[in-house]
Amino acid sequence: MVCLVPAALSVSALVKTYGSVHALVGVDLEVGEGELVGLLGPNGAGKSTVVKVACGLVTPTSGRAEVCGEPAGSVAAHRSLGYLAELFRFPDWCTAHELLELHQRLAESEGGAVERAELLELVGLPDAGETRVGTMSKGMQQRLGIAQALIGSPRLLLLDEPTSALDPSGRRTVRALLEELRGRGVAVLLNSHLLSEVELVCDRVAIIDHGALVAAGTPAELSHAGGVEVETAGGTRVFAAARRDDAPGIVRELVAAGEEVYGVRVLTSSLEDAYLEAVGGS
Amino acid sequence: MTAVRVIAVFTLRESLRRRVFAVVGVLTVAFLALYGLGTWQLHRDINDVGFNQLGVEPNVIVGATLLGLAMFGTMFLGTVLAVFLTLGAVRGDAERGLLQPLLVRPVSRRTLLLGRYAAAAAVCAAYVAAVFVAATIITWAFGGWWPDHLLLPAIGLALAVAILAAVSLAGSVFLSATANGIAVFMVFGAGLVAGLLGQIGEALSSGTLQNVAEVASWLLPFEGLYQAALAGLTADTVGFTRLAINLGPFGRAQSAGPGLWLWALVYLGLVGVCALRGFARRDL
Repeated sequence: MVCLVPAALSVSALVKTYGSVHALVGVDLEVGEGELVGLLGPNGAGKSTVVKVACGLVTPTSGRAEVCGEPAGSVAAHRSLGYLAELFRFPDWCTAHELLELHQRLAESEGGAVERAELLELVGLPDAGETRVGTMSKGMQQRLGIAQALIGSPRLLLLDEPTSALDPSGRRTVRALLEELRGRGVAVLLNSHLLSEVELVCDRVAIIDHGALVAAGTPAELSHAGGVEVETAGGTRVFAAARRDDAPGIVRELVAAGEEVYGVRVLTSSLEDAYLEAVGGS
Repeated sequence: MTAVRVIAVFTLRESLRRRVFAVVGVLTVAFLALYGLGTWQLHRDINDVGFNQLGVEPNVIVGATLLGLAMFGTMFLGTVLAVFLTLGAVRGDAERGLLQPLLVRPVSRRTLLLGRYAAAAAVCAAYVAAVFVAATIITWAFGGWWPDHLLLPAIGLALAVAILAAVSLAGSVFLSATANGIAVFMVFGAGLVAGLLGQIGEALSSGTLQNVAEVASWLLPFEGLYQAALAGLTADTVGFTRLAINLGPFGRAQSAGPGLWLWALVYLGLVGVCALRGFARRDL
């Protein structure tokens, strides 16, 4: 059966060069409707370039990027898009309401004051409507940035390091918000350095290094099995090639061999291990 | 057009909130007050000397010279306003992260640039026209002299600063805010110097200097428009008074034919096309 609904974001064979610098060398990535995908990679790997191409802020050297079936950068694509840049700034002279109202007008949103109040409530700034941006903390501005990105109920949200300036409570608010957005069917591409955060909320993870996609899958798939560890009277023994299903057999064999078993632990690599393995880190 | 208006209104609101207009208003009032004082004083001194016994009309000479000076000041103030409203509109705002959130809205880059230009050009054009008219009224009130033409010089000045605003906005696509500001002021200065050279060339009958000035007027039509505006003040004045005006600092200004006005509009369009094409290709 052919799926008629286009992916929220579809990127294929994406290449971007800046002079002699190859920022992207052929990236393929897809974010389905209502899917929450984490984009990981070291600094300079090309994560922000992928996001900027999807937003139309950067023109790819070659390859294709589409947002909800429309060419990235087109007005039609922008109608389906919400974006929070990594290094963003809002005019410091205007209030939160004025900023959101500007974006409502540009996005042709008819949500009015109700939408603005709802979004500020959603990001944990219910009383900040009349607060000037210039007097807000960086964390408050980041929350306001997320509210701004949600104007007009976008189908795809591109968040580039949305929690970098947030305290733990702010991060929890954003995590809850992301889960709520998934419930509403909003697709999210989350570009973050916080692996734990990505592991907690994302359906899938894509890892980019040196401009290429080096790993992709669900957090569980990437966090592969790493052996079975058995604690015996003679010390701890590790069966590196064993998987979870092998644990009962190992215990049986050890007991049969006269060993006293005190504990068994199935080892799995964390997303961090998988990430470091993928990008060649240690 | 709605999005252009939204951007333009937001830009103007920013200038209002940042008290740009308040500062400009206060300083302009100070400028006009000083101009009024100088005009009143000079007319009184001239009347005491009794220049009219020489067959020239002193109030015309003084009025035209002072209004020419006011026109120079107005043009300079309008240019300052145009440059500061636009010098960081693209690269400057992009480097600060202000531009990107706007560009991912369903609004084309062309719309954004037009909105910024509409706001800057409208403010600067209205400003120079208003200050010029105010200076004219002051000149008339204290010296009893009214220029031969009012509308064309006002439009010429307004179009000149609109061109400078466009040049500055186009420069903001390619240059950082500081480099752009410096570049536009240097272009403005080069235009003024070329205009002065042209006046000197006219007085000394130097064909080379006149050619230099003419080429500069075509390359930098805001200068040609300024010269045309100056010339319009005393376009119908003849006789000994004309000769006396010609000896003054603004007396040799060249009037522009219809070709310059047409070229100024074409130039504005070309600058706009350059800006739009450069902006469309720029990675942000």
